[in-house]
Amino acid sequence: MITKRIIPCLDVRNGRVVKGVNFEGLRDVSSPVALAEYYSSCGADELVFYDITASSDGRAIFTDILAETAKRVFIPLTVGGGINTLDDFDRVLKCGADKVSVNSGAIRNPSLIYEAAKRYGNQCVVLSADVKRVDGTFHVFAKGGREDTGMEAIGWIRRCVDNGAGEIVVNSIDTDGVKGGFDLEMLSAVCDAVDVPVIASGGAGTIQDFIQLFRSIPGVDAGLAASIFHFGEVRIADLKREMVKNNIPTRIDGDTQ
Amino acid sequence: MVAVVDYGVGNLFSLKSSFEAIGTEVTVTADRETIARADRIILPGVGAFEDAAKKLRSSGLADFICEQAGRGKPLLGICLGMQLLFDKSYEYGVHEGLGLIHGTVRPIADVAPAGYKIPHIGWNALHFTRPNGLFAGLCEGDCVYFVHSYYATDCEDAVIATTEYGAPLTAAVACGNVLGCQFHPEKSGSVGLKILKAFSEMKG
Repeated sequence: MITKRIIPCLDVRNGRVVKGVNFEGLRDVSSPVALAEYYSSCGADELVFYDITASSDGRAIFTDILAETAKRVFIPLTVGGGINTLDDFDRVLKCGADKVSVNSGAIRNPSLIYEAAKRYGNQCVVLSADVKRVDGTFHVFAKGGREDTGMEAIGWIRRCVDNGAGEIVVNSIDTDGVKGGFDLEMLSAVCDAVDVPVIASGGAGTIQDFIQLFRSIPGVDAGLAASIFHFGEVRIADLKREMVKNNIPTRIDGDTQ
Repeated sequence: MVAVVDYGVGNLFSLKSSFEAIGTEVTVTADRETIARADRIILPGVGAFEDAAKKLRSSGLADFICEQAGRGKPLLGICLGMQLLFDKSYEYGVHEGLGLIHGTVRPIADVAPAGYKIPHIGWNALHFTRPNGLFAGLCEGDCVYFVHSYYATDCEDAVIATTEYGAPLTAAVACGNVLGCQFHPEKSGSVGLKILKAFSEMKG
């Protein structure tokens, strides 16, 4: 039985983790490498590194950090942020990324997903979609959720899958940061529309939110979150124990039991 | 020393790093002398079977690897590298593999029930069907990371582990010193590192 994945997301700027991190017993909490090692040891099933640097200097620091992480952490790594061209794919894959997530880059250049999937395989290409309700329909937003593209989201996601996206991260802007639970309605709509893995993002506040997610929508493959993990509000080891208790297929790493 | 065969398919960064992490000397190479000097060989691979098989043949490495394996040197194929060890694959046509293990490679869609997503991506449990040194220190049900759309079949005598995806899929095989795992040990956390360690210590 394939297990449901728990994925912490790290926003990285100028080589440091942003959004704040608060951990006991971790010496350098803003080091992405140290935090990645910590999460891996706690049982995280995968990691997302999100590059929020604007400058080219920052880009170089980011890829160094990525390579350093991939030397020490042996779980799948997904990289997103600033992926606009095949060269960007190449740059991060060479440094140890396993999957590359595209968002605004795919909106600006609709052939990016197709070209990347052709070169690296569908399993390597993740579509990250920021989605928000506008007048009762789901719209795709660009530029970190600031700009309404006017595009209907479910159709857009389906087109991206047809073009070769092998996995979808659905980030609900409506529930993001509210900590009131995942956007089950939106996630159901996406799961009904595509047959590739769907990763839920936006809204998790407690362990129960993950339990409810996996129980109510069997088609969801993974839950992604950032600050609740960084601030220790939800500990991955506790979350996984609770998932096991609820008969949700869960990976328990031999060394973290 | 472990030689990871570099025939222009896929990203070998993590594979190299994982051997370094367990303290095993490793080199990523296409050089025959280096491969000949190595105590054991890793055949990696991602992407399409036909393309990989062609690259392996046109570089002359296919025959060389078979010859090295014939001398008893431990050889581990990973993911597509495992599939290449078999007689043939039905991935977009019919293509010949190295024939080091008898069996064929077929689409998961042939056996997985409706509703099971293809590719099979994620962490899934290992079920051991035969004891093998590759799994020293592992427990039944330990999870490893899979990414594949095709699976090895007609190879019952060689299967040492399966995984359940609506149907049992071949997860690992062994035929003497020739071994293969469908999953990625270099992406399978501490369980994966134990497998690579066990391979590093296998006697030829």
